[in-house]
Amino acid sequence: MLLGTLVPLQAVAFALVALGAPLVVLTRDPLRQALVNGIYGVSLVCLFVVLQAPDPALSMLVVSGIGYPLVILAAITRVRGHERTEQKKDGEQ
Amino acid sequence: MSRRMRMLVLGPALLGLGALFAWAIAGLPAFGDYRGPYGFVLNRVVVPLRHTTNVVMGTTFDVRGLDTMGEEFILYAALVGVTLLLRDETRSRQAERRTSRLDDDAVRLVGVAMIGGGLLVALWLMAFGYITPGGGFQGGVLAAGAVLLLYLVGSHRDYRPFRNEHFLDPLEAVGAGGYIVIGLAALVSGTAFLTNLFGLGTTGTLVSSGSIALLNWASAIAVSCAMVLLFAEFLETYVVPLEPEDAAS
Repeated sequence: MLLGTLVPLQAVAFALVALGAPLVVLTRDPLRQALVNGIYGVSLVCLFVVLQAPDPALSMLVVSGIGYPLVILAAITRVRGHERTEQKKDGEQ
Repeated sequence: MSRRMRMLVLGPALLGLGALFAWAIAGLPAFGDYRGPYGFVLNRVVVPLRHTTNVVMGTTFDVRGLDTMGEEFILYAALVGVTLLLRDETRSRQAERRTSRLDDDAVRLVGVAMIGGGLLVALWLMAFGYITPGGGFQGGVLAAGAVLLLYLVGSHRDYRPFRNEHFLDPLEAVGAGGYIVIGLAALVSGTAFLTNLFGLGTTGTLVSSGSIALLNWASAIAVSCAMVLLFAEFLETYVVPLEPEDAAS
């Protein structure tokens, strides 16, 4: 059956991924979500390494660690900066 | 739509999706039961035929070299799209902004060390991609990340010279076009496009695997430049204009 052939290390890696995914979704603050998503990415990297796939693991590492957070953080900065200027405008009125 | 209505729509949809998922998972082969003959064949033939010890690399840059060329041009198209949308000629003519630096010396020191370490690991990933895990894509993104750290630990003024588009735009084209040129070289010599025609060398050394090494470097250049430029466009459009100018520096 599906779980019968799992090595314990693989089971732990799968469990970490299964725990991490809902944590990312349940984090409400986008800034924190970007961080949690990075940690979730590392758990996926561990899973790939445990499943003997180092090339996708490295790809996952650079995408979830560098590429993706940067785009998200740029968007968050933009939105928050926009909100700040809106608040300033409201304050002046 | 009221909350009750939404739940009424969501309920059956979730049930249906859950049933389909359960059905799909029940029909999966057992864990670790690999059924494709492709991987077994490649594992056996790639090392003796191509003299590369990273079979993944032998697959992406040789056996399925054409697919990888397509992937490379997906990134290229993304870069062209972002550049057309975000690059502002008036802004790029402006002098760099003197954004404020990080106050914490310890964080800056660690950051600066990470720039050097990151670049070194990136070069290692690129250079040894066809010997050990890694390759042009992973190394390229990491190199761009290291350059980006310059902005994070320094200021925009420190970062600006390293994202000079007058230098990186042509280099990006050299990387992306180089891939095609290597493919065309095979065509000119009378074989199929992207045939591995350069000397295969000694397995397990940097001088091995023929065209794979050159294609790897071409994609490494293309990916590095593309990522540096992509990061720069996002950063200078969305983040830098919001930063306070540093009067002190």
